Amino acid sequence: MVSYLINGISLGSVYAIIALGYTMVYGIAKMLNFAHGDVIMIGGYMAFCSTSYLGWPVIPSVLFSVFVCTILGMIIEKLAYKPLREASSLAVLITAIGVSYFLQNAALLIWSSNPKAFPNMVNLPNLVIGDVQISSVAIVTIITSIIIMIALTMFTSKTKLGKAMRAVSEDKGAAQLMGINVNATISMTFAIGSGLAAIAGVLLCSAYPTLMPTTGAMPGIKAFTAAVFGGIGSIPGAMLGGILLGIIEIFAKAYISTQLSDAIVFAVLIIVLIVKPTGLLGKKIAEKV
Amino acid sequence: MSLLKVNELHVYYGSIHAIKGISFEVNEGEVVTLIGANGAGKSTTLNSVAGLLKLGNGNVEFNGKILNGIPAHKIVKEGMALCPEGRRIFQQLTVKENLEMGAYIGDGSTLDEDLNNVYELFPRLKERYKQIAGTLSGGEQQMLAMGRALMSHPRLLMLDEPSMGLAPILVEQIFDIIKQLHSKGTTILLVEQNAQMALKVADRGYVLETGRIVTTGTGRELLHNDMVRKAYLGG
Repeated sequence: MVSYLINGISLGSVYAIIALGYTMVYGIAKMLNFAHGDVIMIGGYMAFCSTSYLGWPVIPSVLFSVFVCTILGMIIEKLAYKPLREASSLAVLITAIGVSYFLQNAALLIWSSNPKAFPNMVNLPNLVIGDVQISSVAIVTIITSIIIMIALTMFTSKTKLGKAMRAVSEDKGAAQLMGINVNATISMTFAIGSGLAAIAGVLLCSAYPTLMPTTGAMPGIKAFTAAVFGGIGSIPGAMLGGILLGIIEIFAKAYISTQLSDAIVFAVLIIVLIVKPTGLLGKKIAEKV
Repeated sequence: MSLLKVNELHVYYGSIHAIKGISFEVNEGEVVTLIGANGAGKSTTLNSVAGLLKLGNGNVEFNGKILNGIPAHKIVKEGMALCPEGRRIFQQLTVKENLEMGAYIGDGSTLDEDLNNVYELFPRLKERYKQIAGTLSGGEQQMLAMGRALMSHPRLLMLDEPSMGLAPILVEQIFDIIKQLHSKGTTILLVEQNAQMALKVADRGYVLETGRIVTTGTGRELLHNDMVRKAYLGG
C-alpha cells in the first residue's frame, strides 16, 4: 500500500514535470505543444548516448541532455511556431503534431526502432523501511521534482523575468507597452519547458529503462491530461494534476486492472472536466469593464 | 520644441484605410487631446505611435528620432508610455507587481522611490498593493493603469480613454490627476470621448473624423467652436 503510494507519487512527479512544460507554453503562447512528449524522448536518447557511447558520468550527461533539449525547444519554437503567431490555433496545433512526427521519425532514422536499454543512472541502494522497499529511482524522482517545483514557483513569483512571463501570458500587447520583449519571453518559456522535459526523460527512462522513438508519446499525452486535469495554464495545477494522475494510475494498476489502467486515468479526466470544466485549479477571473 | 511629431500618417487594417494622412505634434510640457466619435481613429493613432500597429505611410518622430519600424517594447525605452484603452492591467498579478512591470525597463535602482511617487498620487493603490489587480474596482484599475504607465518615467504619457466607464466622481478624480501631472511638467497626449472634460484640461486639441483631422486649436477655442459644440459637446 505504502509502496504503491510512493510509486504513484514518483510516476506522478514525472508527469508533473512534463505537465509544467505543457502548461507554461500553453499559458504564454496559447498553444498545445504536442511535440513536447517527443522532446522527452530526445532527452532520454541524449542521456543514453552520452553515458553509453561516450562514457560520461551521470551529472554531465544529464546536463548535456538538458542543454540539447533547451536548444531544441527554442529552435522548434523559432522555426515551427513563431511564423504562425498570428495564424489560427488549428494551424498551430497541426504544426505541433507535425513536429512531433518529425522528431519521432528523426529518432527512428538515427537510433532505429530497436529498444535501447537505458543505463542505470541512479546507482543508490533501495530504501528499506520495515518490510516496505522503496526504489532509489522513486526517491530521486520525487526529490528532483520537489526542487523543480520550488525553483519554478520562486522564479515566476519573485524574479523580474518570471513576473514578465506571467504578464506576457495574460496580455501580450500590454506587456509590450511595458517594454517586455514578448518574442524573447516566449522563446525563454519554450527553453525552460524543454529543459524540464529532458530531466523528465532521464527520470522516466530510469524508472522504465527501455528507450524507443515512441517512448515520449504516451507520457506526453498523460502529462497533457494532467495539465488539463489540474487546470491548463496553472503551474500549481500542473503539479497537482500530475501527481494525482500518477497515483490514480498506479492504484488502478495494482487494484483494478493493468490493462484498464490507462482507460481509468482518462475516465477520471472526463469526469473532472464534466464537473469542473476549467480543471481542478483553473480559474477564470471575471473581467471588469 | 516638439517632442512628438506625426507626419502624414496612414494606417491600414487589412484593406480598411483607418487613418488617412494625419499630422499633429505635441510640444514638451503640453497636454494635447485628440477628440472624436467612435471609430474616428483616435485609439488607432495612439497604438500606431506606440508601435503596436504597423504604420502604412508617413512617419512618427519622437524626440528627434524616427520611430517607424521600431517594435513597441523598444519604443518604451525612448521614453514613451501608453496607458491603453480598457486599462489592460495584468488582472492576475498583484497591484505592486503591476507597478513593477511598469518599471520593467528600469534597472530597479529607483523602484522604491517610484512606487512611493505613484502611491502618493493614488493613495488607494498603496492600501491595496498586495491585492490581485483583477479584484479592484473599475476606477482603481484605471488608477493602476495610469500609475503603471508613470513607473517608466515617460517623457510622453499617452492616455487612451482614461474616463471610459467610470462614475462621474471618478472621472473628476482622473482629470484632477491629469491636471496635477500637467502642473509637474509631464507631457501628455490624451484621447477622450468626453470632449468637454478633455478640452478643459488640454492646451491644444485636434478633432478627428473618420481618419482625418478636421480642425485644431487651443482647448478654449475648440470648446467654443460651433462645429465642435454641435458634434461633441451636445449643442
